[in-house]
Amino acid sequence: MVANQVLSEVEYRVVGKRPVRPDGVDKVTGRAQYGSDLRLTGTLQAKILRSPHAHAKIKSIDTSLAEAYPGVRAVITGKDLPLSAKLANAAPGEISDSDRQRMGFQANNFLAGDKVLYKGHAVAAVAAVDSNSAEAALALIKVEYEELPPVINVKDAMGEGSALLHENLHTSSLGETSEKPSNVASYMLFEKGDVEQGFSQSDIVIEREYETASVHQGYIEPHTATAHWNADGQLNIWCSTQGSFVVRATTSEVLQYPISKIKVTPMEIGGGFGGKVTCYQEPVVAVLSKKTGQPVKLVMSRTEVFEASGPAPGSWMRVKLGANKDGKLISGKVTLAFEAGAFPGSPVLPGSTCSLACYDVPNGLNEAYDVVVNKPKTAAYRAPGSPQAAFAVESVVDELCQELNMDPIEFRLLNASKEGTRKVEGPVFGKIGLIECLEAARNHEHYKTPLTGENQARGIAAGFWMNRGFHSSCNITVNQDGTVNLTMGSVDIGGTRASISQQAAEALGIEYTDVKPTIVDTDSIGYTMVTGGSRTSFATGWAAILASEDVKQQMRERAAKIWETSVDDIEYKDGVISHQSDPELQFTFGELARQLNGTGGTVTGQANVDPSGEGNSFGVHLVDVEVDRDTGKTKVLRYTAIQDVGKAVHPSYVEGQMQGGAVQGIGWALNEEYFFNDNGHMMNSSFLDYRMPTALDLPMIDTVIVEVANPGHPYGVRGVGEVPIVPPLPAVASAVSRAIGVRMQKLPVSPGSILEALW
Amino acid sequence: MPGLVHVETTINGNQVNFLCEPRQSLLECLRDVLGMTGTKEGCNDGNCGACTVLLDGRIVTSCLVLGVEAQGKEVTTIEGVASPEGLHPVQQAFLENASLQCGICTPGFIVATKALLDREPDADEGRIRHWLAGNLCRCTGYDKIVRAVLDAEEKMKS
Repeated sequence: MVANQVLSEVEYRVVGKRPVRPDGVDKVTGRAQYGSDLRLTGTLQAKILRSPHAHAKIKSIDTSLAEAYPGVRAVITGKDLPLSAKLANAAPGEISDSDRQRMGFQANNFLAGDKVLYKGHAVAAVAAVDSNSAEAALALIKVEYEELPPVINVKDAMGEGSALLHENLHTSSLGETSEKPSNVASYMLFEKGDVEQGFSQSDIVIEREYETASVHQGYIEPHTATAHWNADGQLNIWCSTQGSFVVRATTSEVLQYPISKIKVTPMEIGGGFGGKVTCYQEPVVAVLSKKTGQPVKLVMSRTEVFEASGPAPGSWMRVKLGANKDGKLISGKVTLAFEAGAFPGSPVLPGSTCSLACYDVPNGLNEAYDVVVNKPKTAAYRAPGSPQAAFAVESVVDELCQELNMDPIEFRLLNASKEGTRKVEGPVFGKIGLIECLEAARNHEHYKTPLTGENQARGIAAGFWMNRGFHSSCNITVNQDGTVNLTMGSVDIGGTRASISQQAAEALGIEYTDVKPTIVDTDSIGYTMVTGGSRTSFATGWAAILASEDVKQQMRERAAKIWETSVDDIEYKDGVISHQSDPELQFTFGELARQLNGTGGTVTGQANVDPSGEGNSFGVHLVDVEVDRDTGKTKVLRYTAIQDVGKAVHPSYVEGQMQGGAVQGIGWALNEEYFFNDNGHMMNSSFLDYRMPTALDLPMIDTVIVEVANPGHPYGVRGVGEVPIVPPLPAVASAVSRAIGVRMQKLPVSPGSILEALW
Repeated sequence: MPGLVHVETTINGNQVNFLCEPRQSLLECLRDVLGMTGTKEGCNDGNCGACTVLLDGRIVTSCLVLGVEAQGKEVTTIEGVASPEGLHPVQQAFLENASLQCGICTPGFIVATKALLDREPDADEGRIRHWLAGNLCRCTGYDKIVRAVLDAEEKMKS
C-alpha cells in the first residue's frame, strides 16, 4: 500500500521535486522570528479592554483612573481612531450614507463606537511599561453599558421581532434596498433552468435542512502587532499577517494616513488559514505609539483570539435535490443563511457558488442570506463558505445514493461537472479534474477494502474551490556567483518560499539551491495580495516565472554585448547562454553572472502580475469511521484525500496541505464548536474546551495527488490549500450517519449529538 | 528592583542567573527576561504544547511552571537541541519529511520528541501519537510529524 501517490502527467527538472525548504533550519532550531519574538528597545505593552456583553449601548467611558495608574503611558477609545473622528465630525452630506456605513463598520471592529456588538468587542486600549501594569489599568476603566437583547442565532436574527444590531442596516437584494432595517445585510440569487419544473420531472426528490456551529481556524500563534510612529511621521508596523499590503491599506484608512508613510514588515506567521487576512490591532497600536512616541506591542491571549478575532460562520441551510430513477440529477435548490457576526460580510456568496459546483445539473437555484448576529465578525477560513455548503449538498447526495441503492462514486461520476459544464451562477468550467479524482477514488485500495465491524461505515464526499489569481510581485537579482536573490511580498505560511523558488529555478534553468528567497516589507516590493485563496504558488509563482524570463532576456542581451552580436543570435536554454551561429561561444548561467559587473552591472528581473488563468480544483475524500454506541465517540479508522492540484510544485507540502485541511475538516465535523450561553457568551474559549484534533485522535492521512494540468499556468499549477477542508464535513457526517442509521443534519456530530440521535 | 527573585539554574548546559518576579512563568522568563524566543507561546494555559521544554529531563509546558521553580534545575529548550556539529536527528527528520508548515508548534514538538526518543528509541506509531497528544499542530494533520519521529528513530540508530 502506498500512503502518498502522485498521478503525474508531466515531469520537470525542479518543479515536482521535494527539496528542503529554505526557511527550514531556522524553524527547527527556534531561530525564526515570529511577530511576538520582536524586541525593540523601549517597547510598551498594550492590552485591550473588551466588552463583557454581547449587545449593549455604551453610555459613557471614563479612563481617568487608568491614565493615572503607575506605568501607564496612554489610554485610547474608539473616538481616538481618526476614521471614527472623521465620521463624527463630517458635515451632513459630506459622506454618503453607504460610505458612512462601510467606514463605520471598518472602524468599529477595531474599537467600538456607540455600541458593543459581541462579547469581547474592543472598547479601549492601554499602553504601559509592562503587560501587568496594562492589565491592571484595564480594570480601572469605567464603562457604563445599557444592555440590549443579544441576537445569537441566524434564524432568530432573520425573524420578524428580532432585536436589530444596526438601526440603519437595510437588506440589499438584487439591486434594491429594503425599506425596513433588518439583520439581513444582503440576499443573493442565482438561477439556471427551471428548478420547479425539474423537481416535477424527477422520480425522487429529497429536501433537508442543516445547521453548522461557529468554528475557529485555530492557528497556534495568537494575533500580534508592534507599531512605531517615528518622529518624522514614518509609521513602521511588524505583525503576523497573511497580507502585509492589506494591513497597510486597512491601517491607512483607519488612521486616515497615506500609505507612503506606512511600512509593514510581515514577520514569520504561525498559521492563519484565512483568519490572518483581516487585521485587528495594527491601527490601535499605531495610535498608541503616536501618543507615546515609543514602540507599542500587542499580543492577543488565546481567549481573545477565540472571542475577538474572526471565526468561520455558523449556518442554517436548506437543500432540495431531484433525480431520475437512474440517478441522473435533474434539479437542485440550495438556500444558505450564514452568520456574518457583528458586521456584514460572511462568505455566504462563495459558499453559494461552490455549493452545486461538483454537479452537472440542468436546473439549479442558489440563494444566500448574509445575516448579522451578536458574535465576532467572521473571517475567512480555508475555502470560505464551501465546507458548510458541501456538508448540506453532499449529505443529500448521500441520501439519494442510499435511496437509489447506488454506489456514491458511480452516482458522482454520472453527474460530475466537466469541461463545458455551466455553473448555476454563470461561469463555464474549463479543463477540470473532478472525474479523474473520482476515478482515482474508485481505483484506490482504500475503496476496495471492505469494512470489518458492525458499527463501522464509509463516507465519501467531493468538494470544490475556484482558486484565485490576484496581484503578486517578484524581483530576481543575479549574484556574481551564479545564484539569484528572489524577493517577494507573499508571506510563507506553509512552504511557498520553496514552491516559488522551485518555479524560478525551473524557469532559469539553475539549481533550486541557487535561488535565495526573501520575503520583504511593503516598501521593498510591488503590491502583493494575501497568502490565501490557494493563490500563492499559482500567482506569485507566475510572477517568479515572468521575473525569470526578464532575467533571461537581459542575460541574452548581455551575452550579445560581450560577443558583439545581435540578441537574436543568442539562445538561452536550460541555464546555458549560447551563440546560435558559433557553437564555441557559450556561457553557463554562473559564468555569465561573473561577467555582469564588468559589462554594465547587475541584472535584475521584475514582474508584477494579476493572472486570470486560475484553475478550479476538486477533491474527493474517503473516510472509514467506527462509532461507539455507548459513548457516542467516533473513531476515524482510515482516511484518504484525493485532489486535482494541476501540478504539485513541491509534493510534500501539497500533501501537507491536503492532510492538514482534511484534519481541520475532521475537527469541524466531529468536535469543534463555539458554545454560546443565552447571553451570547462563548463558554469554551480555551484549547482545553474548544477541542481540536490531537495526534492521538487520528490515523495517517493518505493522499492521492491528481495532476490535470491547469492550462492557465506554465507548469499547470492550480493551487491546493482550500479544497481539502471541504469534503471532510460531509464525508465524516455521512459515515457517522450510515454507521448509526440516523441521518445527522447538524455539525458537529459530537458524542452528545450522536447519543441524542440514538436515544 | 524590589520584589525580584534571584534564580540560579542551568539552561542548555550553561549556568544562568536571572532576576524575575515570583509570578512570572518560566516561559516569560525564557522569552522576556533571557530573550530566548525559540520557545513559543500559543495559549498560556498548558493546552497547546508550543512552550514545551525539559525540566530535569521531563517535558513540561513552561507556561505552567514558575520561573523560580527552575532554581537548581536543568532546563533544556529548543535552542539547546542542535549542537555546534549540526542538527539533532529529530530536527533533520522534521526538515526532510516536510513536517512543518507554519513552524510555530515545531520547537515544542521537537523538544517533546527528543524526550520520547531519549527514553524509548523504538516507540511505535501508537506510542508516538500518545506521547505527542499534548502538542497541538493545526497545519499538518500530524501525519508528517509522526513519520518524522519514526524516521528520526532510524537515523539515531545508524
